[in-house]
Amino acid sequence: MGAIITLSLLGILVLYLGLYKAKNALLPVTLIGLVVALGFEITAWDKGTTPIYHGMVVFDNLALSFSILCIVITGLILLLSKEYFRAISSNVAEYYTLMLFSLTGALLVNSYHNFAMLFVGIEVMSVALYILVGIRKSDFNSNEAALKYFLMGAFSTGFLLFGITLLYGATGTFDITGVKEYVISNPQTISPLFYGGILLVLVGLCFKIGAAPFHFWTPDVYDGAPILITSYMSTVVKVASFAGFLRLFSYVFVPLHDYWTPVLLVIVIITLFMGNISALMQTSFKRMLAYSSIAHAGYMLFAIVAIGVDSASGILTYAIAYSLASVIAFGGLILVKRAHGSDQFIAFNELGKTNPLLAVTITIAMLSLAGIPLTAGFIGKFMMFHVVMQDYKIVLLVLAAINAAIGVFYYLRVVVHMYFKSADEGAVKVSVPLNFKIVFIIATLVTLLIGLYPDCILSIL
Amino acid sequence: MDNLFILLILPIISALILAFMKSSTISKWTALGLSLLQFLLTIPFLCQFVPDAALQFEQSLPWIMSLGIHFHIGIDGISLPLVLLTNGLIPLIVLSTFSKSLKGNFYALVAFMQAGLLLVFTALDAFTFYVGWEIALIPIYFICALWGEGDRIKVNLKFFVYTFLGSIFMLVAIIYLYHQTPNNDFEWTSFTGLTLSDPTQRWIFWAFFLAFAIKIPLFPFHTWQPDTYTNAPAAGTMLLAGIMLKMGVYGLIRWLIPIAPLGVAAYGQLALVLCVIGIIYASVIAFKQQDAKRLIAYSSIAHVGLISAGVFAWNQEGLQGAMMQMVNHGISVIGLFFVIDIIERKTQTRSLHDLGGLASKMPKLAVFFLIIIMGAVGLPLTNGFVGEFLLLKGIFDYGAWFAVFGGLTLILGAVYMLRLYQRTMLGEVAEQQANIVDVEGYELVVLTIISILIVYLGIFPNGLLSLSEASVFQILQEVKF
Repeated sequence: MGAIITLSLLGILVLYLGLYKAKNALLPVTLIGLVVALGFEITAWDKGTTPIYHGMVVFDNLALSFSILCIVITGLILLLSKEYFRAISSNVAEYYTLMLFSLTGALLVNSYHNFAMLFVGIEVMSVALYILVGIRKSDFNSNEAALKYFLMGAFSTGFLLFGITLLYGATGTFDITGVKEYVISNPQTISPLFYGGILLVLVGLCFKIGAAPFHFWTPDVYDGAPILITSYMSTVVKVASFAGFLRLFSYVFVPLHDYWTPVLLVIVIITLFMGNISALMQTSFKRMLAYSSIAHAGYMLFAIVAIGVDSASGILTYAIAYSLASVIAFGGLILVKRAHGSDQFIAFNELGKTNPLLAVTITIAMLSLAGIPLTAGFIGKFMMFHVVMQDYKIVLLVLAAINAAIGVFYYLRVVVHMYFKSADEGAVKVSVPLNFKIVFIIATLVTLLIGLYPDCILSIL
Repeated sequence: MDNLFILLILPIISALILAFMKSSTISKWTALGLSLLQFLLTIPFLCQFVPDAALQFEQSLPWIMSLGIHFHIGIDGISLPLVLLTNGLIPLIVLSTFSKSLKGNFYALVAFMQAGLLLVFTALDAFTFYVGWEIALIPIYFICALWGEGDRIKVNLKFFVYTFLGSIFMLVAIIYLYHQTPNNDFEWTSFTGLTLSDPTQRWIFWAFFLAFAIKIPLFPFHTWQPDTYTNAPAAGTMLLAGIMLKMGVYGLIRWLIPIAPLGVAAYGQLALVLCVIGIIYASVIAFKQQDAKRLIAYSSIAHVGLISAGVFAWNQEGLQGAMMQMVNHGISVIGLFFVIDIIERKTQTRSLHDLGGLASKMPKLAVFFLIIIMGAVGLPLTNGFVGEFLLLKGIFDYGAWFAVFGGLTLILGAVYMLRLYQRTMLGEVAEQQANIVDVEGYELVVLTIISILIVYLGIFPNGLLSLSEASVFQILQEVKF
């Protein structure tokens, strides 16, 4: 709870710093605040398995591990933002504030124990983002993205809320333990309202994680938003939504496994193919990442389709691997775009010669996203396959295998452009500022560390 | 000095050292020195190896304990020849690149690949095996795509995605088997000890077979191979043909057949038919080639077809022949690609149209080339003879007709190989090749070593055969179908 309070206060503090034109203090203060929040989360480890505040929130290790991940990733993204925000807006403080508020929402989604808190968390997380996506006021794409995101977000929240209402109607409680007890104590006489509620909540959450066929907002929104906001959306927001998803389905709806699994299975298969095949067609690196993030949502849903003992650690590993690789990819994109003014694949041409270290870093990120051994991405994929195999869904695995091969195809395209294609308009030197270097080094080292010694993550949950 | 772990770590250290070297000369000699050191470190294993069926130099380190994964490595008679082959050929391959100005990153990739290959040949844990299997692919992809020629980007993308697709099915099968093991581990002994139902073994067979057949490559999964071999740099082709495809054959012997004997019983004959079709098909195409490198690429498909056929025959002669021929093929094919590389460098062409009469200008090369070709064709007193004889004997014991068609490889092989020799070395001297000089220096060293090996293994094959004999015998006793 300390972390959530810290972040809320930090947001307000940063807003005041902006008001008093203390621009240089913004980033250090924010980062220190994040470290404090991180400290609160780490000290709470292994302590709170019982819900607190009248059963509103619970800080079990599942919530804490996902919260820590969200805070760390936000920290990395903010480190990248040092020059970035100033270039596109004069009101830098608003960025930090909104991102901190959004992060607060994400932590609530990670640790809710009551449907009301789930709803509040998702709204806090999303409302801040609606503004962030459209923060480049004069940019047409940014405006379009913000409007789309807002309309779709509001629409999906409607589904979620309606689902929660139906669940309440059936059980008479918002508390997820209460709902769970209802499911267990009335195995034969579960009200049809409850089934409807499950489906609507499922649809609402699938909107948030961008799973097909509810994914149509993602490419345009990811493409139109400023790159750092995109990286925040595709990592922190997605991770938190998955934590919420996982808690609900692994804790509450598990007894009704047979009912919702087929629905989710169809969603997973459509998501995988939709994301991968669309990503294959892209010529823009940013759009490719947007579509590939849909595909990754499909892989992460594996753990929920085949819910089991290793689901939580599987999803956590996958989320860490995916988030770190995404941060590297988006960070690299910012640098390349700064030098070339384009986010197409061709902007990456000859990066292997002009800046070999950056190229190697991006290559490792791509290999991790593609799931090649010795990177964290492989362990994530391995865990997902392992979890699904517990249910013996071999057909799903074969489809996933085909998708993994498609994935390799488009991730390697970046590598091909960096190393094997020559640039038309002379080589432009892409310089890497210090703050990018720090983020790249941290992210790459953790990616390789988890790839080499995954026990450090697998054994904590 | 018999710590297997050192053998796997040294190439990675070498790769890290070499990766940052800019000077071509220094990195060449460093790479050669390090690969020779690696070879020297292999010798104690050969000396201390007891040629019985037991697994030796075993090491098992806990790796991912929450999933029961150990870093478990060891050597028996089936893996030792391939470990020797890998560590013996890499110094030769490094030496063969001395005429080119390559930076340290090239040699770093070669060393990194060596680590992956050795991991595949020594792994006794399926997860470890899979990791080696995949990480051997990354460096060779970069070697072929960075230093290759022609349509290298498209060709190598196909190569990478194709082989990756095959191996990911194997990963699915490995995870399935993991869930079947009583103690939930990835150990080789637990995998082979499973008693799976017939339908399960059938799909397991295909999942593994696809991965191995693409890698070897067997007909009809070979479509990536000619383009990749032809467009790769000479050293890359040597790595691919000399060592990497043995990963596939080794996988058949070590993993596929012991895990899914009932699957092999059901589809082994089909696999053999594919091998034999591949032999004839590739030989005929090889005969029609004008590009010398492409010709050898196709001949390689024919040779590995015969090796795989010997494995699927699953008897003492067939398996021993396969073991022997894997080493032989590695040596010969490296020699062949090296000769073609020399010819291309001196004459700027490798088209059989434009070549001819090189023997009068390069008498030494002509002699070495003849020895290597004799080895590849399988003439008595060369290594190829022993291997092919054993293979055909094994295949004959399985089914006479398979041997009849498989045996065509001897005749067809002689035809296209001698045609290659005649078109390049004999005949009239082409005009633009009037003032080329014979091989010298390091080229002589490489060619001499290869020729000596070819003749030595042809006259004294027993040393090599005795390494694998007991292990082959035991695996045949344990796995029957």
